[in-house]
Amino acid sequence: MSNIPKELRYASTHEWVRPEGDGVFTVGITEHAQELLGDMVFVELPDVGDEIAAGDDVAVAESVKAASDVYAPISGEVLEVNEELEDSPELVNSDAFGDGWLFKVKAEDESEVEALLDAEGYGASIEEE
Amino acid sequence: MTNTTVLHAKHLESGAKMVDFHGWEMPINYGSQIEEHHAVRQDAGMFDVSHMTIVDVKGPHAKDYLRYLLSNDVAKLSQVGKALYSGMLNETGGVVDDLIVYHFDATNYRLVVNSATREKDMNWLNSKAEGFDVTITERPEFAMIAVQGPNSKTKAATLFSAAQKEAVEGMKPFFGVQAEDLFIATTGYTGETGYEIMVPEAQAAEFWQQLLDAGVTPCGLGARDTLRLEAGMNLYGQDMDETISPLSANMGWTVTWEPSERDFVGRDALEELNRSVTDKLVGLVMTEKGVLRAGQKVRVGEGEGVITSGTFSPTLGHSIAMARVPATKDLTAEVEMRKKWVTVNVVKPSFVRNGKSVL
Repeated sequence: MSNIPKELRYASTHEWVRPEGDGVFTVGITEHAQELLGDMVFVELPDVGDEIAAGDDVAVAESVKAASDVYAPISGEVLEVNEELEDSPELVNSDAFGDGWLFKVKAEDESEVEALLDAEGYGASIEEE
Repeated sequence: MTNTTVLHAKHLESGAKMVDFHGWEMPINYGSQIEEHHAVRQDAGMFDVSHMTIVDVKGPHAKDYLRYLLSNDVAKLSQVGKALYSGMLNETGGVVDDLIVYHFDATNYRLVVNSATREKDMNWLNSKAEGFDVTITERPEFAMIAVQGPNSKTKAATLFSAAQKEAVEGMKPFFGVQAEDLFIATTGYTGETGYEIMVPEAQAAEFWQQLLDAGVTPCGLGARDTLRLEAGMNLYGQDMDETISPLSANMGWTVTWEPSERDFVGRDALEELNRSVTDKLVGLVMTEKGVLRAGQKVRVGEGEGVITSGTFSPTLGHSIAMARVPATKDLTAEVEMRKKWVTVNVVKPSFVRNGKSVL
């Protein structure tokens, strides 16, 4: 069973969301997702300044095994992307909830975050797979 | 029913992630397939290949039988222990399987065929044996471990007895020798130097442990696939099958046409194809971001083809693939990736040998 931090919120499509204050949220993919994908070789990220809507495919996590779309868990403006991933995509494997973060969003509507799964809900959703 | 090899418990001990591979529960990786890949290119790695099928062919007609069965010609083998890679074809010139045959003498050979095709191959071997005085015997009592990489021979040798060291001393690539309880062959599926070692099942776990202790990295099927693809080696069922001739699978070199009076299964069909065949297996190289994948469409000037194997090459740091396309002299091709057409380079299907790019 992979690690699912209690303090984060999750989308059923395996993204996590962490509040950073001032309506800013960090987004990444879960440990479970990186385990499914295996060694990451490229991560395509959105551009800073992009307006994204919840459910849009905004990034691609490409592993040796497969290319997987990453969906925006919430709507808003992309404030920052993790440039480290350009040279070190393996950070997504080694530290999915930390150094392997993908991008930061200024939320349009913070209530979207509340509507996401909590750790327990996400845990249950991956049990069902 | 799922089969496991005798090394199953050792894989779990090393933290392997196990997957189903054609009915066998095998390690896909032990953490990171890319690190395992690099271990083989830079140092020494090992693979459990015990699921592969070992078959001994013996008898007064063993040589004649194999000259009929295989499109490559075992008559070329004169030295004791010399190995040959060959396709085994059907009557329409398609590949039933690819295999390695070791020659001991004209009455004694050993074949190693794929695991996924085991039952089909055994039926095929037996059905073609009619009229030949041969005995065909599977040898499931051996485990097989491939130890590969620039330091693999030195590390493996620390496990060998004096007699075994002497037996492999100066052994050239593509030979095999029975040395006491081990059959040691200088073959592999990675493009690196190394051994494939057949060891009696009862000793296999201990042998694996000693290799671990000697600093050999356990590697799974994931790394095995990226290594063989970098080396430009075909995977049966993916790069060729019963509907594909060796001429369209970069295996033309394994067809021995002379002497023309040698009759082998599929010869007539293959001669016909040789006059008309238009598809070739080529290599593709993409240096931009993204990974070429099996099944993607490929366009060249002469028409459309398909990627048969594609991956990210850990050694080169970009994507490579093998594709079957209409024969072309084009130096570039277009590949449909995620709804976009991307231009890639067309090369000979060989990318890395002995740790270095051959592009």
